[in-house]
Amino acid sequence: MSKTLYEKLWDSHVVHVEDDGTALLYIDRHLVHEVTSPQAFEGLKLAGRKPWRVSSIVATADHNTPTSHWEQGITDPISRQQVETLDANIREVGALAYFPFRDKRQGIVHVVGPENGATLPGMTVVCGDSHTSTHGAFACLAHGIGTSEVEHVLATQCLLQKKSKTMLVRFEGKVGAGVTAKDLVLALIGRIGTAGGTGYAIEFGGSAIRGLSMEGRMTVCNMAIEAGARVGFVAADETTIAYLKGRSFAPKGEDWDKAVACWRTLVSDADARFDAVIDIDAAAIAPQVTWGTSPEMVTGIDGAVPAPEDFSDPVKSEGVARALQYMGLVPRMRIDQIPIDKVFIGSCTNSRIEDLRAAAAVARGRRIAPNVKLALVVPGSGLIKAQAEAEGLDKIFIAAGFEWRQPGCSMCLAMNDDRLNPGERCASTSNRNFEGRQGAGGRTHLVSPAMAAAAAIAGRFADVRELS
Amino acid sequence: MEKFVKLDGLVAPLDRANVDTDAIIPKQFLKSIKRSGFGPNAFDEWRYMDHGEPGQDCAKRVKNPAFVLNQERYQGASILLARSNFGCGSSREHAPWALYDFGFRAIVGESFADIFYNNCFKNGLLPIILPKADVDALFGLTEHTPGYRLTIDLPAQLVVRPDGHAIRFEVDAFRKECMLNGWDDIGLTLRHAEKIREFEARRRVEQPWLFS
Repeated sequence: MSKTLYEKLWDSHVVHVEDDGTALLYIDRHLVHEVTSPQAFEGLKLAGRKPWRVSSIVATADHNTPTSHWEQGITDPISRQQVETLDANIREVGALAYFPFRDKRQGIVHVVGPENGATLPGMTVVCGDSHTSTHGAFACLAHGIGTSEVEHVLATQCLLQKKSKTMLVRFEGKVGAGVTAKDLVLALIGRIGTAGGTGYAIEFGGSAIRGLSMEGRMTVCNMAIEAGARVGFVAADETTIAYLKGRSFAPKGEDWDKAVACWRTLVSDADARFDAVIDIDAAAIAPQVTWGTSPEMVTGIDGAVPAPEDFSDPVKSEGVARALQYMGLVPRMRIDQIPIDKVFIGSCTNSRIEDLRAAAAVARGRRIAPNVKLALVVPGSGLIKAQAEAEGLDKIFIAAGFEWRQPGCSMCLAMNDDRLNPGERCASTSNRNFEGRQGAGGRTHLVSPAMAAAAAIAGRFADVRELS
Repeated sequence: MEKFVKLDGLVAPLDRANVDTDAIIPKQFLKSIKRSGFGPNAFDEWRYMDHGEPGQDCAKRVKNPAFVLNQERYQGASILLARSNFGCGSSREHAPWALYDFGFRAIVGESFADIFYNNCFKNGLLPIILPKADVDALFGLTEHTPGYRLTIDLPAQLVVRPDGHAIRFEVDAFRKECMLNGWDDIGLTLRHAEKIREFEARRRVEQPWLFS
C-alpha cells in the first residue's frame, strides 16, 4: 500500500500501540537545552530513574546566554543558575555531545543539531522546544515536547503520541528575486492561519521547496508550529544528502553508503493520499511583513494594514482591533510607511550562513538609518559565526552600523539582555510576534533577513526588490 | 499527578482567540528550575500594571482592573473558559504549571494548540474542546450570571450546566484513564521496557549509524 512520508516515519518507530491508537514511538535523537530540562532531570532523579540511552542526547545552552561580553560570563544570577544546572546535569548523566556556553560549537539547539550532522534523515527527533519542527527539513519526524515529555524520553527513549492527520503543502512555481523561504512560510500561515495546521503533520513539497537549500527548508519547517502543526517536514533528496556529507556525526565509509540508500526511500509514494492538500503559487508571493500580534497577521510589503471591520467574525475583528492598538498602527497604513526602531537578525528561523549572506548583500556599502537605535546580527552558532567572519560578513555588517554578536537565541524571546523596550518597533527575522515576546510592550514585525536588512537601511519597511 | 474525576467549579471567561503561552507565562519566569510557584505570574503582563520580574512579592503589585481574571466575581475560579487556539506558541510546560498553580483544574474552549493540549494532561489540568455554539452560550451565561458554575464529569465525558443541560466532550481513552487514575506516564511506559529494548536492538543492527 502506498504511504506518505509521515506514515513511513511513523511506522518505522512504533514500539507499541494502545487500544485507542496512542503509540509509543522510539526516539533516535534527544536535543536538550537549559530552559525546559532542569525539572525533567530533577524528576528523573527523584524517581530514582536513569536515562535510557545517553548517546541519543545532544545538548547546548542557548536561550539564556548573553550575546556580548562573554568574558564576564552570565551576569544574571538566575540565568546563570539555569545554565549551570544544565552543565551539572550533563556532567552527571552524559551525552553524545554537549556544547556549553562559550564552546566554539555552542549555539541555538536547532542550528547546532543539523550543522554537526546530529540530525539525520529518518530519525525521530525531540526537544523541549516548539521549534523542533525545524529538523523535519531532513525528512525527520521532529516533535516539540513539554518538560514532562523530556523526562519521559530520558527515562524510556519513547514518546507517547497519537498519529496526526496528514497535510501536503505544495509550493509550485519559481519564487521571485528577493523572496525567500521565510516569505513562503509566512504566506502559508497568512492563508491557513495559526491553527490551520493543528492536528496535522505537514509535508512541504513542490518545485519551490525542492529548489530551496537545506537552510531554507529548515526555515520553512521551523515555522510549521506557527501554522499549528507540531511537525513539518520535507522529503529527502540530493540536497539533503549533499548537506550531510562529511559532517561530524554523519555516518562515514560503508555506513554512509547504506544510510544514503535508506534515506532515498524517505519520500511520499507518488499515489499516497493526504487528508488535506494546499496548493500555493510560489511565484505570486511578495516579501512578507507581519503587522499584528500573531504570525497569521501578515501581508506583502506592497500591502497595507487592514481594518477590524474587514473581518466578519466578531472574535477575529476584536482580535485585529486589539492587535492594532498594541502595535500602535492605524488601519489602511501602508506597510512601507511603518518606521522601525530596532532590527534583529537571528533566531532558529533565520540565523544560518545563507541568512547572514542575504542580509549582508543588502547591507554592503550602506548605512543603517539614523532612526534605527540598534541593529543586531546574532549568528545561530559559533561555527556559523566563524564561517561568516571568514567570508568577511562581520565587517560588512559592522561598517553598515550593525552590531555583530555572539551566538544564541537572543532577542527572539529576550530571555537574555537583548530585548525591546516598551513601544519599540522591531523588524525581526524570528518566528513570533506575540505581545511582549521580544520584551514587554515591544512591537515585533516578522520578516526575512534580506527584508530586515532593507528595513535597517531605510529606517522603515522597504521592498528589498527595489533596492538597486 | 492529582487524579481528575469530577469537578464542580466557578467559571472565569477569557474572551480572546490565540492566547499564546508567552501571554500565559512570560519568558522571564522560565528561568526557574522548579515546577511550582508560577501561579502569581500567570498572565503577568495582562494582570499587573507594572513589569514583572522573578522574585517580586506579587501581593504588593498593583493589579490591572481591566483584566478579567482580576475581577472580584471570578476569584477562586477553577474552570477557565477560552476561545480558539488557546495555548499556541512555545512548548513551555510552565504554561499549564502556571494555570494549575493559579487554581485552574479545567479549561473549556473551542480549540487548543497541540503541544499545550498535550502538556495539560501531564499535569492534571483537563482541556475540554466544545463546539463553538456551546462555547458562545457559555460565555454569555458566565457573563450574565454572577457566580456561574459548571460541573465537569470526566467518567461520563460531560460538561453539565446549572440548568441541567449537559454537553458531551471527546477525550482519548488512554489520556482519560491516566487522568482518572493520576497515573505517571513513565511508569506505564516502562511496563513495555522489554519491547523497547527489542525494538532498539533491531534498529541498532539495521541502521547502526543512528547509534554512533
